Amino acid sequence: MPLDIYLNVIVSGVLTGLVYGLMALGLSVIFGVIRVVNFAHGEMMAVAMYIAVVLFSSFGLDPLLMMVPIAIVLFAFGYLLQARLINLFIDRPEHTQFMLLVAVAIIIVNTLLMIFGPDAQSVQTSYAYDSFQVGPLIVDATKAYAGIAAVAVSAALFAFFRFAPIGQAIRACADNHTGALVVGLNVNRLYALTFGIGAACVGAAGAMIVLFIDVTPALGPAYTLLAFVIVITGGLGSMPGALLGGVLIGVTEAVAGLLFSPSAKSMFSFALLVLVLLFRPQGLLGTAQR
Amino acid sequence: MSSIHIRINRRRFLQGASAAVVSAGSLGRAFAQGAALKVGVLLPRSGYQAGIGQDCQRGVDLATGLLKELGYPNLQIVNGDTESNVDTARAQAEKLIGEGAQLLVGAFDSGQSSAIAQVAEQKGVPFVINIAAAPPITEQGYKFVFRNFPTAPMILGDAFANQKEIFEAAGTAPKTAVMMHANDTFGTAMQQGIGAVMPKFNMPYKIVETIAYDPTARDLSVEVTKAKAAGAELLVMVSRLNDAILITRELVKQRWTPQGIFSMGPGWYEDQYLKTLGKLADGPISFAPWYDPNKKVAKMLEAALAKKYPGINLNTNHVYTFEALLVAADAYKRTGSNDPKTLAEAIRTTNITDNVSPGPGISFNAKGQNDKLKDSAFQNRGGKCVVVAPKEAANAKAEFPMKPYNQRA
Repeated sequence: MPLDIYLNVIVSGVLTGLVYGLMALGLSVIFGVIRVVNFAHGEMMAVAMYIAVVLFSSFGLDPLLMMVPIAIVLFAFGYLLQARLINLFIDRPEHTQFMLLVAVAIIIVNTLLMIFGPDAQSVQTSYAYDSFQVGPLIVDATKAYAGIAAVAVSAALFAFFRFAPIGQAIRACADNHTGALVVGLNVNRLYALTFGIGAACVGAAGAMIVLFIDVTPALGPAYTLLAFVIVITGGLGSMPGALLGGVLIGVTEAVAGLLFSPSAKSMFSFALLVLVLLFRPQGLLGTAQR
Repeated sequence: MSSIHIRINRRRFLQGASAAVVSAGSLGRAFAQGAALKVGVLLPRSGYQAGIGQDCQRGVDLATGLLKELGYPNLQIVNGDTESNVDTARAQAEKLIGEGAQLLVGAFDSGQSSAIAQVAEQKGVPFVINIAAAPPITEQGYKFVFRNFPTAPMILGDAFANQKEIFEAAGTAPKTAVMMHANDTFGTAMQQGIGAVMPKFNMPYKIVETIAYDPTARDLSVEVTKAKAAGAELLVMVSRLNDAILITRELVKQRWTPQGIFSMGPGWYEDQYLKTLGKLADGPISFAPWYDPNKKVAKMLEAALAKKYPGINLNTNHVYTFEALLVAADAYKRTGSNDPKTLAEAIRTTNITDNVSPGPGISFNAKGQNDKLKDSAFQNRGGKCVVVAPKEAANAKAEFPMKPYNQRA
């Protein structure tokens, strides 16, 4: 098989993986700080995708331009969810938190089903069928735009946690919960902010992913699972790990599809997950827990 | 405890008595006409086949009025959703029978239909398959399962004959083909069928690569890259609706227009495909069970569809779902019985000549299969499908090779 075929597939895998990485980044941020696993993560992305579809079909607004407003809406949703509901379960056993978020996920899926029905919906932008040709390389325009936007959003998020005072306070909460309380930080508010930021990540990822993947209410659970595979591979709680995991999963699936049977490509991403769990249980960039 | 006192005066008594007389009259008529046959219709109304399942539902919606117009008795339709899932199909079949369904119809998909067939046979309730092509369903010796839809070998036999006719008319033929197929029951059965039937037809092309893919996948870019890399002239497809749309998008993005896209199944002719892709939908030729536009009932069905669902074209889903209900109504009309065993015996002796699908009509062989059905080749052209083969049923000439995607406005 010619080399350019491999190159095309790898580039496509990297671009898709970056968007997957941004989605998983939200999950990693939430777990890293609050220590709550968001089992409604994929469903929240489906909500963002539907918002993008409605904005496009009703007002002709491009999902890429609407990425920030959609992220803000999801931020508000995430903030309220944490502040009004999940904070009440913070000190309860993990299985209670698990059931709570699974319930939220089921409510979201069924609400979407009632509002939008089961049919796949998509946005048909003017560049939906565009591609760039660079020598033998053909790059899908929508994936290229989405990949670049995912890198930009991730960079902004890293900068926020590194330099912004609130970002530093959130990191302090994650590093030492008791210490944060002692120095007078409002931990519950910071938790709500963190969940909001995680939800905003998934909102931005949804606005990008809808450019090349049709949305159905049933999409949510599949993407929740994908986000888990990515963050466990990259390292649960590690932000760079989420991006790395996304790219690795994207490229693994693409290359495995090319070299072996495409219908078995998911098998290879799960095989990668098993290998990581066997030889580096904390994930590729995660920190070992003692 | 409080009590309710009702004062009965002469006027109230007369009103009550009149109502009782009217009710008794209605009840009498209802018994005289007999209770409607309770038919459980199982379709994938949600899940990845939801689009096609809902299209089949249009055939159900049209059947009620049209069957009455044709002089058939009423059917009481009870809907079930298989959720595009084999296990759910089985559970839903059991549920509908438990709720009193006296006959089942469905289920578009071979895997789901196989599961329902097992339940129907076990419970002794007739099951009329609307759409499902995997041959084993009617090879099990079932006594309660009937299929008015061609099996994969029947579809393939007609398909290869029609393809040769198209190549001959075009004066050109591809030498190589790549086949992409869904890895579900239907897709796998068709892929195996093509391998078995194709050598008998001495086709001008050979299949150089076969690519199986997951029809529920949300991204088929790698699959299309692999197909393009095979360097074949023809793309042979066995797919569903959503994957047909995804593959077309990838063909455009990856700048590959094969000489032709030959679909051996659903997806490429569906209204949703035509509407979603606009001009990019033109070109693929489907080799599938279709309808005979010259038959009287076909014209009636087409008119009823246009009235109830303006802008929707009549297609396989409507036709064969309607005909499955036609078989049920016909058996019920002939027997006047709701007894499942009596209905099954009546279905076995079906002989409907006033129908919609091509061929002499609807009848079943000893295995419960209508083996007299014929298939057509039809091409997407300007948002509609035109029949391009066989010659006797064609209303247009095939455009082969198809127009490249990058030359369309």
